Amino acid sequence: MTVQVKTEQPDIAVKTLIGGTKESRIKDFISTLIQNKAALAGAIIIIVYLLMAAFAPLLAPYSPYEIDLENKLTPPSADHWMGTDDKGRDILSRILYGSRLSMGVGFAAVLFGAFFGIIFGLVAGFYGKWVDTIIMRMMDVMLAFPGILLALAIIAALGPSLINVTIAVGAFSVPLFARIVRGSTLEVKRLEYIDAIRSLGASDFVIIFKHIFPNILSPIIVQGTLRLATAILSAAGLSFLGLGAQPPSPEWGTMLSSGRDFLFSAPYIALFPGLAISILVLGFNIFGDGLRDAFDPRMKK
Amino acid sequence: MNTTAEKNIILQVDRLKQYFPVKKDSIFKPKAYVKAVDDISFELFEGETLSIVGESGCGKSTTGRAILRLDEPTDGKVLYMGKNILTLNKKDMRKLRGDLQVIFQDPFASLNPRQMVKQILNEAMAIQNVVEKSKRKERMLELLGYVGLPPESLDRYPHEFSGGQRQRIGIARALAVNPKLIICDEAVSALDVSIQAQILNLLKKLQKQFKLTFLFISHDLSVVRHISDRVMVMYLGKVVEIAEKKEMFDSPLHPYTKALLSSIPVPDPTLKRDRVILKGDVPSPIDPPGGCRFHTRCPFAIEKCKQEEPPLRELVNNHFVSCHIAETLPV
Repeated sequence: MTVQVKTEQPDIAVKTLIGGTKESRIKDFISTLIQNKAALAGAIIIIVYLLMAAFAPLLAPYSPYEIDLENKLTPPSADHWMGTDDKGRDILSRILYGSRLSMGVGFAAVLFGAFFGIIFGLVAGFYGKWVDTIIMRMMDVMLAFPGILLALAIIAALGPSLINVTIAVGAFSVPLFARIVRGSTLEVKRLEYIDAIRSLGASDFVIIFKHIFPNILSPIIVQGTLRLATAILSAAGLSFLGLGAQPPSPEWGTMLSSGRDFLFSAPYIALFPGLAISILVLGFNIFGDGLRDAFDPRMKK
Repeated sequence: MNTTAEKNIILQVDRLKQYFPVKKDSIFKPKAYVKAVDDISFELFEGETLSIVGESGCGKSTTGRAILRLDEPTDGKVLYMGKNILTLNKKDMRKLRGDLQVIFQDPFASLNPRQMVKQILNEAMAIQNVVEKSKRKERMLELLGYVGLPPESLDRYPHEFSGGQRQRIGIARALAVNPKLIICDEAVSALDVSIQAQILNLLKKLQKQFKLTFLFISHDLSVVRHISDRVMVMYLGKVVEIAEKKEMFDSPLHPYTKALLSSIPVPDPTLKRDRVILKGDVPSPIDPPGGCRFHTRCPFAIEKCKQEEPPLRELVNNHFVSCHIAETLPV
């Protein structure tokens, strides 16, 4: 028997390919997510809300602004499923249109926060040393303020409006994203493939955005989803305080605020926008938790 | 031996120092450093394989990283083809990086998990702009051929390959930019023995084919014996001995090298061996012992070793050693 020692034969590769393809990994990920019933419920809630926002003009039975004083403060009925408010406007229609505002503010705020947070975090984590110290101490200062207080301060400076609420809510997401991104960057940057790509002569920009960023996406997505819940809640809260959307805008926080005067005589004015907010926030929270579990290899059985 | 004298020096490391600052316990204490590489000099001839061996923590990988400027060295010069690369600006350095490539230890960490093989190779070529866009595909297939991977590999992700195959991808990536010098940082340590042999033979073949120079960093003496032309032994950030491979393995001069070589297992249970067993641990590189760094563990140390640092001197032809008493030691 002769033992042939093959050194560099091409045939060794294909037969022994291990692991799955990219498609099968995505499938794995989705099936983990679906197995998590809570995450699935969260996803369904979010999808329903998104559809509501997208098709509001088709779904809404009335105009959200149309005042009908003859029918003011009617309780939920066949004509007005969620009743009417003190000016006779249909609450269901207002909630449907309001979903665009409330979710829009939430998404915009998180995008704003994530954008700056990711850049700060990447730069701090990649360059380290004094760059890191300066950026992260700034983030610490921002974190030292309670979120809503910081938002109040920003709005006090910029003036009340929905755009300023977006900026304010986004601003206090910045340090949270920065921290998570910085941590993940530190972890990824000491991997050998980063050294390999650097020794090929890649610029810092390429290393950061092409090689580090795609590999730290999962914590960013999880954080983003969870932050959406908080952002929507904070934005509604600020509008409730009269700092965001102004009446007659159908923003949920604003509606809640105007329903406050009729809590005893017509509780449904405040009840339905409140429910809309709570359910959406719940949806984002449990979906975010599910995402985190699905991304975390340690949670796999 | 005159052969080495005629060879061209491709890389010359001159008094290279790499200190890493250590966090201080108190602001009143002086700033402390880990002296990972402390004043080492050596040269690398074109087309040869120089191995750096030593225990973990002796600074061998740090030396490799410092030469590549993956960590900026504290002091010293690294002359590549006579040019000091440590003073190059970012742009010139990026250009030069095509000549100096590296193959890493961990084949599971050295490839970006989100890039397909073709993206990995394409990016290498694009960064250095070595091949025209239209010819890159052809070149990729050629590269895969060199390292013994089938053409289908191009459309696969790193996790679909075994360790040895990934190491081949790493080698193909390094070759993609037509390097002249490749630093192999423990390039086969993470692979099992049969794969190690394959990769070593592949490296040897490629060296001949492309006239590559290797700086081979390893702690595995049998691997070093297989691949090197010359061997350099490091201890606590210092060079203790440099010699031709045969010379080094047959007649080591430094007590540390002797101890290191006597630790190679011999597959013969009846053979009686004089093993030099070292006592104690490697001292901390933060506060290394004065004089000869090895004196705390050297069985032959004399008073002079504690006081005076031994210079690296040529004892036999092309056999350099840093030991005061190398001549008087028992063989």
